[in-house]
Amino acid sequence: MATEGKHSAIAVSGLEIGYFRKKKKIPIVSGIDFSLNSGKLITLVGANGIGKSTLLRTLSGMQPKLDGKILIGEKDLSDYSSLERATQLSVVLTEAPASGNLTVRELISLGRQPYTNSFGVLSEKDKEIIQNALEITETAVLENRKCFELSDGQMQRVVIARALAQDTPMIILDEPTTHLDLYHRAYILKLLKKLTSEEGKTVLFSTHEIDLGIQLADVMIVMSEDEIYVDEPCKLIEQGRFNSLFPEDTIHFDTNTGRFTIKN
Amino acid sequence: MDTNRSYTVWFIVLFAGLVLLFLLNVSLGSVKIPLEDVLSALSGNGASKSSWEYIITDYRLPKALTAILAGGGLAVSGLLMQTLFRNPLAGPFVLGLSSGASLGVALLILGAGAFGGFLGSLLLSQWSLVIASALGSFLVLLAVLAVTLRVKDSMAILIIGLMFGSVTAAVVAVLSYFSTAEKLQQYIFWSFGSLGNQSWSGILILALCCILGIIIAFASCKSLNALLLGENYAKSMGLRIKRTTLLIILATSILAGGITAFAGPIAFVGLAVPHLTRQLFTTSNHFVLLPAVLLSGAILMLICDTVAQLPMSEETLPINAITSLIGAPVVIWLLVRKRKLLF
Repeated sequence: MATEGKHSAIAVSGLEIGYFRKKKKIPIVSGIDFSLNSGKLITLVGANGIGKSTLLRTLSGMQPKLDGKILIGEKDLSDYSSLERATQLSVVLTEAPASGNLTVRELISLGRQPYTNSFGVLSEKDKEIIQNALEITETAVLENRKCFELSDGQMQRVVIARALAQDTPMIILDEPTTHLDLYHRAYILKLLKKLTSEEGKTVLFSTHEIDLGIQLADVMIVMSEDEIYVDEPCKLIEQGRFNSLFPEDTIHFDTNTGRFTIKN
Repeated sequence: MDTNRSYTVWFIVLFAGLVLLFLLNVSLGSVKIPLEDVLSALSGNGASKSSWEYIITDYRLPKALTAILAGGGLAVSGLLMQTLFRNPLAGPFVLGLSSGASLGVALLILGAGAFGGFLGSLLLSQWSLVIASALGSFLVLLAVLAVTLRVKDSMAILIIGLMFGSVTAAVVAVLSYFSTAEKLQQYIFWSFGSLGNQSWSGILILALCCILGIIIAFASCKSLNALLLGENYAKSMGLRIKRTTLLIILATSILAGGITAFAGPIAFVGLAVPHLTRQLFTTSNHFVLLPAVLLSGAILMLICDTVAQLPMSEETLPINAITSLIGAPVVIWLLVRKRKLLF
């Protein structure tokens, strides 16, 4: 499978993110620059309210950027039509799907929408891709269950399967491990790792599981108050980038174990 | 493909039910007419008494057709609203369209006194009621559309619909205070809703409204399915949210506005029928649900109308009261049984 990751999956330069209020720009973070190759597992970490979700929403085109450039593949994000963008980027959001009345298979099939005709008829190829998504995420046994019957861990697998069915080179996930117990957190992260190594996807996700992120990620984006660091986890540890993430008087990062400890 | 077969079975059952109820509805009434005369009058061969033929073709048939159009149309607009607002309690009423219509009619009937004598009576022909209520719901529609273009949050649109309802209630209260008992009675009779006394030209316009609204609804099925995941997911799958929202609100307004204009405000059909249909078909897929809701709405309305005309009696009960009497317990029953209303 395509795991080389030679070409650039996403590149941003001089990006400024934030909100528009009464047509005035309210920036949250500015001067973001990085370039990431395809086929990588990329973890975005940072304290609450630092702008992780805003960054992810801006990168996935759900929220307008304030300034700068975002390249997805070789093309500027704003040059994509909404349908073209849907074939490049799929998302897994923190919010649960609005309707609980869909079956797992129905929900995952909706991921094929950018490719189906106006009656939403699934072709043989669509069905194959859906089946593949069901199997990789181990949701095939749940396929006829209604979504409102699922546990948080199962639901997370289902929404990831939907993103897979959308069959995009890049998947962006906003905190896919919240509300999950340790086992399911590890399970989801391993699943994401598998998507990059076996399916050749570029996976970008935000998380508070910095320890787990360090163990699995190819690249980490660390958002701190004054700067954004993008590098391989071990290099970031060497440079001491995690130390400044949280106030030192409550939480301390141990460079030897790669873990945070609470200061007594 | 077991589910596909059960869908087919249910569609056949619903369609057969619709035909049977239609015949039952046309056969029953204050005048007893034998079934063979009903059938021959319907097929255009005339009945054995000319008065029977007149009753069938010029009174009962238009009423049954209005019931089918109004029931199906309101149910579809309810389904559209529930998906658009992702709220199981949404229906055509919450957009404020019916309130707008009521306001138009209230201003016409209760306000007509102000114009006095000749002008007042000129204003009160049947068509002027239709025009006033259509105008009222159209103005509310314009306001809702303006809000849709400005506000991103679909909940805000819902709240604005509710506010229109309050304003209408207040204006009607003020007008009632100053109007005569006669005028007040006339307004209240309109607000009871009525399927009967429609002219054929009226039914034609109503049918055109319903067909147009239903065509837009069918064309939006794929977008509606995407909206089941929520606005952000729908957007990430390439859906253009504003365009879709506009189309869905337009379809609802044409349906609910047109129906309210001709048949008066009819409550609960739009809210209850989509939920009942989801029970039968256990799906939220709009390609299945929409035709099913259309049939079920028509069926429920025929049942309500059959009950309202009180078989064997000369009296007719207000249709709006009957739909509420049947609809409200259904919603309560669903809530108690399911503990949760899904959409």
